[in-house]
Amino acid sequence: MLYSEKVMDHFKNPRNVGYIEDADGVGEVGNAKCGDIMKIYLKIENDIIVDVKFETFGCGSAIASSSMATEMIKGKSVSDALELTNKAVVEALDGLPPAKVHCSVLAEEAVKKALKDYYDKNGIEYDHSLFPDCGNCEHCHG
Amino acid sequence: MQIYADNAATTKMSQIAIDAMMPYMQGIFGNPSSLHSVGQEAAEALSEARAAVAASLGCEPREIYFTSGGSEADNQAIVSAAANGAKKGKKHIISTAFEHHAVLHTLKKLEKQGFEVTLLDVHQSGLITAAEVAAAIREDTCLVTVMYANNEIGTILPIAEIGAMCREKGVVFHTDAVQAAGHLHINVAEQNIDMLSLSAHKFHGPKGVGALYCRKGIILSNIIEGGAQERGKRGGTENIPAIMGMAAALSEACANADANAAKLSKMRDRLIDGLLKIEHSVLNGDRTNRLPGNVNMCFEGIEGESLLLMLDMHGVCASSGSACTSGSLDPSHVLLAIGRPHEVAHGSLRLSLSEYNTEEEVDAIISAVTEVVQYLRNMSPVWRDLKEGRKPHVI
Repeated sequence: MLYSEKVMDHFKNPRNVGYIEDADGVGEVGNAKCGDIMKIYLKIENDIIVDVKFETFGCGSAIASSSMATEMIKGKSVSDALELTNKAVVEALDGLPPAKVHCSVLAEEAVKKALKDYYDKNGIEYDHSLFPDCGNCEHCHG
Repeated sequence: MQIYADNAATTKMSQIAIDAMMPYMQGIFGNPSSLHSVGQEAAEALSEARAAVAASLGCEPREIYFTSGGSEADNQAIVSAAANGAKKGKKHIISTAFEHHAVLHTLKKLEKQGFEVTLLDVHQSGLITAAEVAAAIREDTCLVTVMYANNEIGTILPIAEIGAMCREKGVVFHTDAVQAAGHLHINVAEQNIDMLSLSAHKFHGPKGVGALYCRKGIILSNIIEGGAQERGKRGGTENIPAIMGMAAALSEACANADANAAKLSKMRDRLIDGLLKIEHSVLNGDRTNRLPGNVNMCFEGIEGESLLLMLDMHGVCASSGSACTSGSLDPSHVLLAIGRPHEVAHGSLRLSLSEYNTEEEVDAIISAVTEVVQYLRNMSPVWRDLKEGRKPHVI
């Protein structure tokens, strides 16, 4: 099997699929030309992510990575969520095939972009170096 | 329930082919190059198989060379024609943009060796005309290689017209008939084909065996050096069981080709009509000049690999031209060649039927695909953008 049981579980039964109409932060990364786009919606109250939804256009591992990432940040504080790494997503999924690791990078970046959007919308000061842009990923730009 | 609809990838072996192989794995194990009676028994079988394959193609047995499959046959045909051309100072080859990689990658290699390759545009229909090939022929053209039918979108090219034109102009004509053999009418003499590649596992024969037809008078270069097997043009002890299975499968497929095509094209049309009811879907490739079992569609707003995995969960085995399934960043070169934009090509689905499929299965496929496409669109940000008018529909 190409994917771990964990990946298949999150692919078959993705958690937190959908969108939030009045989201406090929205992050979209990837592009359709490369075959994957992830969009993450956050509802934040008192610095806590009280709700998170995702929409993904992409392969099985892209869907599983977004599902896992949303699960990992739900209920967390904004600063904890900012520490989410693609490596943690891969580990939580019991691994991804090497060609699919970029899916976890997209998930990390989508979360960060949504958090940055939340900061920007609310005029909260932040360290810009926390938010590298998707152009660093080798998937589309390598 | 499992529905196998990936017959362009490989087919289930027919009982006739299996039965033809068994004696050569059990009792008749000789090496056809051996002079003793055990070996000669195998040699006799080999020559019967060669005669059967030749009869299916309309050529002489001595014009058939057994290979490890379609890719090897394509490689050897193209490399040989190129070497023959180079001896006369002719180093131009004509092909099409949507050939199989066994052809395209061989041509790439020849380009590095100083050959010039013209890849003809296959238009949105996935077709070319003999006149377009004729217009590309130059003084130094040594080979035209055009596939008989495309492996992804199933379009059937005008091989007889291209053959007649090439013969008239004195240019060697090779066709990769891997998807056509056993399914479409082939007669290399009538169709003026100089070289033809086929692969057994596409017509219910075994894997790892194929054949190259090479018209007598055309010199073959070896890909595999070795003994005197295959008239010295392909070293290695012949895979007798596989060759016997291939010969039996090809004879069976050719005998039933018309009946199978009638049954299959009816199922194919039902499948196409059913899938076109899904909004923003499109059929890839010409609808009429099409392999009887091939359906290839794009669905906007979704990606092919997740579509395949979901369909597999619904018991449907299919294939896609998305980047994630091609093992590269780019989606299928065939879909790009017929002008589908990247984002649409990622959402492609190929369903290839065989005579073992049933109408009931076709209906089950239609409902599974309809359900899965809707499910994936519901979680796709691209689909939301399209539905809410932030992006224009392409199809």
